[in-house]
Parts: sequence; C-alpha cells; structure tokens
Amino acid sequence: MVHAPVLEVKNLRTSFITSDGEIPAVDDVSFSVNKGEVLGIVGESGCGKSVTSLSIMKLIPQPPGKIAGGEILLNGENLVHASEKRMREIRGNEVAMIFQEPMTSLNPLFTIGEQLVEALKIHKKLGKKTAYQQAVEMLKLVGLPRAEQIIREYPHQLSGGMRQRVMIAMALSCHPRVLIADEPTTALDVTIQAQILSLMKDLNEKLDTAIIMITHDLGVVAEVCQRVVVMYAGKIVEEGLVEDIFKNPKHPYTLGLLKSIPDIRDKKERLYSIPGNVPKPGSITTGCRFAARCEFVMDRCWSENPELYETERPGHAVRCLLHEKEGVADDRSTVKS
Amino acid sequence: MTEVLLKVDGLKKHFPITGGVLGKQTGSVKAVDDISFWVNKGETLGLVGESGCGKSTTGRMLMRLIDPTEGQVVFEGKNLVTLSDNEMRKTRKDMQMVFQDPFASLNPRHTVEKILEEPLIVHGIGTKKERKQMVNEMLEVVGLSSYHAKRYPHQFSGGQRQRIGIARALMTRPKLIIADEPVSALDVSIQSQVLNLLEDLQKEFQLTYIFIAHDLGVVKHISDRVGVMYLGRLVEITDADRLYEKPLHPYTRALLSAVPIPDPAVKREMELLTGDIPSPANPPKGCAFHTRCKECMEICKTDRPELREIEPGHFAACHLYS
Repeated sequence: MVHAPVLEVKNLRTSFITSDGEIPAVDDVSFSVNKGEVLGIVGESGCGKSVTSLSIMKLIPQPPGKIAGGEILLNGENLVHASEKRMREIRGNEVAMIFQEPMTSLNPLFTIGEQLVEALKIHKKLGKKTAYQQAVEMLKLVGLPRAEQIIREYPHQLSGGMRQRVMIAMALSCHPRVLIADEPTTALDVTIQAQILSLMKDLNEKLDTAIIMITHDLGVVAEVCQRVVVMYAGKIVEEGLVEDIFKNPKHPYTLGLLKSIPDIRDKKERLYSIPGNVPKPGSITTGCRFAARCEFVMDRCWSENPELYETERPGHAVRCLLHEKEGVADDRSTVKS
Repeated sequence: MTEVLLKVDGLKKHFPITGGVLGKQTGSVKAVDDISFWVNKGETLGLVGESGCGKSTTGRMLMRLIDPTEGQVVFEGKNLVTLSDNEMRKTRKDMQMVFQDPFASLNPRHTVEKILEEPLIVHGIGTKKERKQMVNEMLEVVGLSSYHAKRYPHQFSGGQRQRIGIARALMTRPKLIIADEPVSALDVSIQSQVLNLLEDLQKEFQLTYIFIAHDLGVVKHISDRVGVMYLGRLVEITDADRLYEKPLHPYTRALLSAVPIPDPAVKREMELLTGDIPSPANPPKGCAFHTRCKECMEICKTDRPELREIEPGHFAACHLYS
C-alpha cells in the first residue's frame, strides 16, 4: 500500500552557535513518515536524533540554535518558514510530542484534567464541559483506571507509567497526524515499558496516527517500528525496513551496534564492541564520520564524504563507500555537505 | 571447589517514615525485607529488579554504606554488621564499589591521579613514588594511558569515566566488587566495551562481582548466577542459564517476557503485567507479588512464601511450588 507522506523532512540542517563556532548537530537529514506508519530513529547520544525531533516542532532554542537549511513539509506546508502563531496552531494539534521524562514534562501545580483540557479548549475550541468529557475519554483510551478521579489529581499522585500514559493521552487528545515520541520508555521499568509500547502500537492502529519513535534501544525499534533510520554524528547512515536493517545491516556502524547488545536469548562468550568513543558533534568535518571507529576503513573513507547509496532492497539505503557499487547514489543526498 | 566469599542472612532495611509536628515515626518503608543469599568466590552474581525493588539498597548495605536494620553480612567469616567503623574501613580494602553515574561519582576538582591514589592513601599502601607507579599501571589495565593521569574527570567521555571508576575500585586489589548499574548510563557501543573490560579484569585479578542492574540482557551476559528482586524481597535465585530458560516465579516470567528482543522476526508472547509496583511503605500482605500475579491463589494473599530450593540450586519464593 502506498501512502502519501504526512511529514517529509528534506535536507534538514540544524546547528548551534557555540564558542567553538557553528556546530552542525543535524547535517543534511532527509526522511519521511507515511500515514499510520511507525518510523524509528535510532542512534547514540549526540547523534542528533533529539535535535531532529525538536527541529520538526521548531522547539530549538534560537539562539544558540538555528535551522540552517532544509525543509520540513507537513502535508506540503513548509514549517521552517511558518510563523510562531502558525506553529502554536500546529503543535499539539497536528504534530504532538511525548518526552522522555514523564516527571518533568507535566506541570506539578495543575491537575491532570486542567492540563489535558487546555489543548482541547485552545485547538478544538471546545467548551469546558465537553472538553472535560473528552479528556476522561482519552484517559480511558490509554488504559488508565478510575479516569474520573485521576482527572482531578496532581502529577505527583501518579506513578511513572501512569504519568507517561497521561502524556500520551494529552498528545493524542487532538488527534494529531504525527506523534513524535522522544525516548518515551527510557525512564520506565521493563514491565511498564512493555505496557506503554503495546499501548502505542494499539493506538497507532486504532487512530492511524503516524509515529516517529526516537530511541537508542534497538529492541524497542524491532518491537514497534516498520521503518527505521539510523543516525550517527548528525547524519543518517542507514535507513530501510526494520526487517532489512536487522537481518541484513549494511553499514559497519549498524552492524556493530546490533552485535554489541547482549541478547537474552543466547549467551556469547564475548561481546562485540565498537572501539573508540561517540564523537562530539561537529568534531569530524571531512570523510566518513564513522571512519575512526570502523573496522573496514579504507584510505578513501578519510577524505571522501560517502553518500546514501540505495541497495538492492527498495527503500534500504546506506551511507558507506563499501556499498557504493551496489547502486546509484540516492538523489536526495546529492547536495554535498 | 566452590568457596563462599560472602553470605547474607536475613538482611533487612526499614527506612522510617516520620510525620506530624513532633516527627514521630508513623510507618516504615521496607526497602529490603528479609533477604538471604551467598556469593561464591570468583563468580558473578547478578541482582535484577525494577526500580524500588531494593537492589541498590542491598548493594550499599553489603558495603555498610547504609546500616542494615537487621540481619548478617558475613564476608570471609567476619560479620560486617557488628564491625566498628574503623574495622569496617579496613575491610573495605577487600570490597569496593563501582557506581552508576560516572559523572557524579568522580570528584570534579581532583585529577585522575588524585582520585586513584586516594584509596591507597586511606589504606596506607606504598610510598608516594610506588603509588604513582601503581596509578599509571592501573590506568593501562583499564584501557587508558598514563598521560591521562593529570587530567580532570570532565575531560573524559562517559565510557572513559566509567573506566576511571573501575580503576579506582581496583586500586586496593579488592576481592569483591559491587557494581551498581555500572553500564546503564552508557551508550550501547560503549556499554559492550565496559562489559568486556569487567570480564577481563575478573580473570586477571580473580575478582568476585555482585552486579546490580535492571537490564536483563546485560545481567544474563555477565552473570553466573542471578537473583531476581521484587519489592524488597528475593523471589528467585539460580544459575543464569537456568533462570532464563526455565524461570519458576511468575514475576520472573513476566519480567523476562517484557524485554524487547532486537529481532523483528520474533513475535514474542508477552505476559503483560497489569498495574504498577505497590508502594514499599505499604506492601501487600502475603506474597508481595500477589496483586499482579495471574496465578494468585488464596494462600498467596495471607502467607508470605519462603525462598525454598525447588530444584537443586534453583530457589524460588512462590506457593505454586510448595
């Protein structure tokens, strides 16, 4: 089934101005999400995955940050040029976000109800009574027991898992087209994580909301996503269907990442580990950014910027010179950085 | 020949809850409630559980960083609970701790050299020159270089800082290392480096580890035996392989089935637990897990199950097996 993309990010560049000059945190990133799809963005700290999501919402503090180039198309509307007034209409209404820390993203001074109703009143222009009714409905939808009481309670009265459910209810209350979930289960215990993930999958099917799942946990990606984008040092290094990426990873980084997670199904004598450290954003400017840690590194890798090359599988692309011959360069990434 | 290095018997920690104007004790949080286990020399015992299950409190009680309310910790035949502070300090030469947060557990105002030298000074080991030599050697052992000695913690990445934390723990050549979530703050690619380092060091220095973590994959990888904790109690403890293949306690089963598997081809059968962990200030009567257990029986609501050996070497606290 071919869907039109709901959200398209084209050649996005977000940088931060620091005392060391301008640091590109996100460097020429392009991807799209279709209606009802769950797209995963994985990467380690500092790879630019969170900055990408904040750029889409235009929540990057400016200055020091700025969107230095590219387009963010929501149903054809370029958000990069949207006014702050227009962004306020979009946030929470058409694109909503869930954050990692359910403890700090709720206001401790307001009841759950007051916080839930705010978005409904502003975006959907609902009256107080109907808004409250709908808020209760949403809380029931995300599986919270005794919704009528919880709506009058304060965040501190709820557990971490319940707070994350409230966050999801709030994010989905206006039926957004896109939901961006930035590490939604990282702060939760595994059994609660399993609950939240199955809830998100359910809601994705029920409401047909596109989800961008930002995470560092490849297990979570395998669990809920259909497509995945792997980021490293501000660039997309590989993208494709989840089955392709996990079964046949092409980029040495993806390969290393998959080999280095201890699997509970079998015990290896020794874990594979990628040597070296995660580079600081902006520290590598020429050549492949993974070259210093790569076991397949060639002389060319230090000087040439690899492009995203298509592989034999549709939609599976990899930014590595080893796979250059496999196909022609993806036309989206011909803009040299 | 297995030799028991550490034995824990009936260990409890109840933190008082005070309330009212007079600050009277109105209740207690049973962070750790009567747990017993032992650790053999040279093995790695993993302790897993979700937040609030008491695994970190247990780790700290073994070091007497928190004084237990009740129970015994016997290390090499000595009951640590009754030692004086001075004697305890001497004993800590043989048992050291590695902490979770490599950002918070190193003094930002001290150079690496000073951080690593301090345990030697405390225990009166070596002359100044010898100590310098030992610091440089240890830096090499954990995969850093001697030129790192003059630097400050902020100049290192998370993984390198954790290596410094490990080096500090090893300075006094301890027999037992208690590692409390040593890799959970690290990125995946760095995590495996540190796990491999810990395994290498274990062989090199004949170390015994107590490895506290919430990541079941990591714990399986590194441990010989694993104990599962829930709400301050040890619900199951056995060999790592056996625990993951044939978990007995319903909580262990649910916990294992909740771990996402990095393979989209695997459709796992999840046993979703309903509800949240009850408050340790007011734990359920009987079996602490009965409120969320699918196989809950009448007896579970009233009688607390004891940890019993159900199969040789496999202990579980559950009425299903009595």
